[in-house]
Amino acid sequence: MLHIFCPHCGELRSEEEFHASGQAHIARPLDPNSCTDEEWGTYMFFRDNLRGIHHELWDHVAGCRQYFNVTRNTETYEILETYKIGEQPKVTARENTPATSAAVNERGENV
Amino acid sequence: MSQTYRLSSGGRVDRSKVLNFTFNGKSYQGYAGDSLAAALLANGVDIVGRSFKYSRPRGIIASGTEEPNAILQLGATEATQIPNVRATQQPLYSGLVATSTNGWPNVNTDVMGILGKVGGSMMPPGFYYKTFMYPKSFWMTYEKYIRKAAGLGRSPLQNDPDSYDYMNQHCDVLIVGSGPAGLAAALAAGRSGARVILADEQEEFGGSLLDTRETLDGKPAADWVASVIAELQAMPEVTLLPRATVNGYHDHNFLTIHERLTDHLGDHAPLGQVRHRVHRVRAKRVVLATGAHERPLVYGNNDVPGNMLAGAISVYVRRYGVAPGRKLVLSTNNDHAYRAALDWHDAGLQVVAIADARHNPRGSLVEEARAKGIRILTSSAIIESRGTKHVTGARVAAIDTVAHKVTSPGEWLECDLIGTSGGYSPIVHLASHLGGRPVWRDDILGFVPGDAPQKRVCVGGINGVYALGDALADGFEGGVRAATEAGFQPTTGSLPKTVARKEEASVALFQVPHDKGTARAPKQFVDQQNDVTAAAIELATREGFESVEHVKRYTALGFGTDQGKLGNINGLAIAARSMGITIPQMGTTMFRPNYTPVTFGAVAGRHCGHIFEPVRFTALHSWHLKNNAEFEDVGQWKRPWYFPKPGEDLHTAVERECKAVRASVGLLDASTLGKIDIQGPDAREFLNRVYTNAWTKLDVGKARYGLMCKEDGMVFDDGVTACVADNHFIMTTTTGGAARVLQWLELYHQTEWPELKVYFTSVTDHWATMTLSGPNSRKLLAEVTDIDLDKDAFPFMTWKEGNVGGVPARVFRISFTGELSYEVNVQANYAMGVLEKIVEAGKKYNLTPYGTETMHVLRAEKGFIIVGQDTDGSMNPDDLNMSWCVGRNKPFSWIGLRGMNREDCLREDRKQLVGLKPVDPKKWLPEGAQLVNDPNQPIPMDMVGHVTSSYAFNSLGYSFAMGVVKGGLKRMGERVYSPQADGSVIEAEIVSSVFFDPKGEQQNV
Repeated sequence: MLHIFCPHCGELRSEEEFHASGQAHIARPLDPNSCTDEEWGTYMFFRDNLRGIHHELWDHVAGCRQYFNVTRNTETYEILETYKIGEQPKVTARENTPATSAAVNERGENV
Repeated sequence: MSQTYRLSSGGRVDRSKVLNFTFNGKSYQGYAGDSLAAALLANGVDIVGRSFKYSRPRGIIASGTEEPNAILQLGATEATQIPNVRATQQPLYSGLVATSTNGWPNVNTDVMGILGKVGGSMMPPGFYYKTFMYPKSFWMTYEKYIRKAAGLGRSPLQNDPDSYDYMNQHCDVLIVGSGPAGLAAALAAGRSGARVILADEQEEFGGSLLDTRETLDGKPAADWVASVIAELQAMPEVTLLPRATVNGYHDHNFLTIHERLTDHLGDHAPLGQVRHRVHRVRAKRVVLATGAHERPLVYGNNDVPGNMLAGAISVYVRRYGVAPGRKLVLSTNNDHAYRAALDWHDAGLQVVAIADARHNPRGSLVEEARAKGIRILTSSAIIESRGTKHVTGARVAAIDTVAHKVTSPGEWLECDLIGTSGGYSPIVHLASHLGGRPVWRDDILGFVPGDAPQKRVCVGGINGVYALGDALADGFEGGVRAATEAGFQPTTGSLPKTVARKEEASVALFQVPHDKGTARAPKQFVDQQNDVTAAAIELATREGFESVEHVKRYTALGFGTDQGKLGNINGLAIAARSMGITIPQMGTTMFRPNYTPVTFGAVAGRHCGHIFEPVRFTALHSWHLKNNAEFEDVGQWKRPWYFPKPGEDLHTAVERECKAVRASVGLLDASTLGKIDIQGPDAREFLNRVYTNAWTKLDVGKARYGLMCKEDGMVFDDGVTACVADNHFIMTTTTGGAARVLQWLELYHQTEWPELKVYFTSVTDHWATMTLSGPNSRKLLAEVTDIDLDKDAFPFMTWKEGNVGGVPARVFRISFTGELSYEVNVQANYAMGVLEKIVEAGKKYNLTPYGTETMHVLRAEKGFIIVGQDTDGSMNPDDLNMSWCVGRNKPFSWIGLRGMNREDCLREDRKQLVGLKPVDPKKWLPEGAQLVNDPNQPIPMDMVGHVTSSYAFNSLGYSFAMGVVKGGLKRMGERVYSPQADGSVIEAEIVSSVFFDPKGEQQNV
């Protein structure tokens, strides 16, 4: 069971309190009517299925009811950071170095 | 004669406490402190079961979790039956009743055993796959007999009298295992002040220290164990959990521990005590001190009772004071196993010989055995044993381990006990639960944990550190490391002194060669619980099952309740040799939780009976109970389904309720509908974006029905939303959709449109809702309210504030029945008083309470949909003939608009919601029934739709239904057919889905 740091509550809480809402950073097209069927279909249905660093949208549904993003390694299930909606991840697949991971530990241990 | 195999002294048992127990109906005696296995061996019980496939007699091999054979059924009464209990881990208690789980008519004279001997060669691996595949429909028949023959125990037929529970815990350091390494780690971590949990699956802490012949500080090792436990007990932050198996290592250091609190006390838990408890522990650091399992050698007839692990012999002799025989022959490839022979010799029993696979063993223990005059045969091994119900001899021959050949004819040695040791397999299960693949080490001939991202430390035997002094040091160091990493100061301390020994490397030996070759030699069992032989594994690889996972599934290697703890490494080694590859190339199968079987009681915990899951009641629940309501579960809610009068069934009650609403007035508890309070300057804009229809012009005091879609344009919820103020709305949702809709609104607000100033609050439980529906609802309500109910002052689709029954209320004039209706909302805790006043006033109007069933019927008569019943996530508003509710010209591209404009959504032959009127007005179309155009078409017929709602008992007087039909909206008056399972066909006419009052004259008066 994952242990997730809610950036709104400022606490590590158990997965039971949360709801996973799929891939993060899927922006709704600003002008849906100008999208082709294919573009709209891609927005609605197509998601990455990555091995490794992945950004996910979670909802602290049994807590503060706030959505936030999680950077998770899909292979090891390590959570490398959690951040609020509107913020950008500090850990990305390309720059997954220990230096960037240090940002994570500002918020306590990500066990 | 009782306990003939009990030694006259020794062991950690209390000889003053004699315990009576029965096994397969016979009475025996043991001592307090015995395991059931020890007590059985003390009484000379050789055969504890019959094998899975060949029905061969089987005896106890091991002394712990790895035991594959002594899997017994426990329970003195029907209600306390537990299947598949390992006798080696079950403490003896007075009155224990155990039986073998297989063997017919009994384990000693087994009919299947004779068949097994004859038919054995006719049951190759994959036998069940190959034999019982066809015809498919016969599997059910086969399965029944296969299960009976296989003997996997049985579950009780009565309710478990015991209770079980869960405990959630956090700790700094969780230590798994209390052998030398675990205890040293616990000392180090405990002394640092860390919050420590020490869990061990055995009855007592100490692990191998409880039976070792080695000393610590010159004293028995058990003395040191006692002093360590005393020190740990005095530490306030340390929790000691004996009889507690850590069964699962889950993500982010979440571990589950199965603690057996009273299994050692009796057949069921003493009054007021919990039988098992599952600890759900989140640990900052985990120390895995799980140790190692001894590996047996694989030789001919190695399953005859009397063949045991060398280490198990030491355990029975030293810990329980039981000698499972008189004359021992030991076969080994390593130094450690010599301890069994030395213990046996020290107990005054005869060691016939030790066969050592090595050329010239010179380790300290070997020399000690030589000095005691024990005969040692080098470059040798037991290649087969002899005996039917018990071992009578062992054939020892010279072998070449590299060429895998027998190099001498060998000799038969008379004996009644064979000890075997092929080395040790570190217990890497927990370390591998999260996918970390174990790594093979040639120097210790075993797999050790590989690298893993988990915050854990592995110490002692699991690392292949077997020498006692080294294990203690490794454990202490690991404990310090774990505590330090968890934020505590490192501690120092001295460890007890051990006797230094010269130890010699072991030689790789798994399957012992036989002069006849694997296929023709006596059966060499690898996995005794599943009757998997070396020959079967070789056959599987020859048949092309080369991946270790395929070999496992084809042969059933490692499938049983023991999950291959004894057999897997030997099986891998045999498969690897058969294919000419190395063991690491072969790799291991996946290790998955749980490490050992867990009772269903422990899994369920307190989630039984009426507290299985949370239940929600409305504020009026007690009134419903008093009025004889039958209830329906809607999500977690208990809603009144119908209110039967004496002698009424569902149909007659519903028909009466329907007619009463249409004739006078009915009362529905609608409190469960989701209610979301929406406030903020952008609330109106937000509604425009999430609903399909327009909200810009909804004035204060008015209400409107809305449809909600997902981005694909499919309907996912509906409800009425009322305007309380220009920046304040009350949204209602379906009962089941309340939480989902709130989450949906939050999702879009938080992630897409955070610039909109709007706030959502669930107020479902704050308001109770009583719906008065029917032509007399106005007259009735007028008697209990000060609100002006005049049709012009309070028109349809508006709402008013005022007093009802003396308390403040919001009354909505909306209708789900097609009748004049008022939904009275009051603060939930006032609801009962208001209801009583309404009911009192309603007597003269024949006010009739109705439930969800009548509500469903009445709304269907009116053609109103229920999301989730008439829709299935693939219906857009046009499909539902609800284009009137779609604002295609709203300025913002609201959720669903783009989706429902996709090419496929604009097809005219989509399934569309229509009314269905059976030609025979008494015929009921089953909900879900498929519809076809031509009932005479050969199967498979072309299906054109299905029935979504159907009601034979209603206010209309004829059976009617709603359903979806391809292009149905343009097929009014045409016929469709519904072929039934019984061969009959129901013919129905496609009609408008509005059966009752199409012009709305009843609701708008």
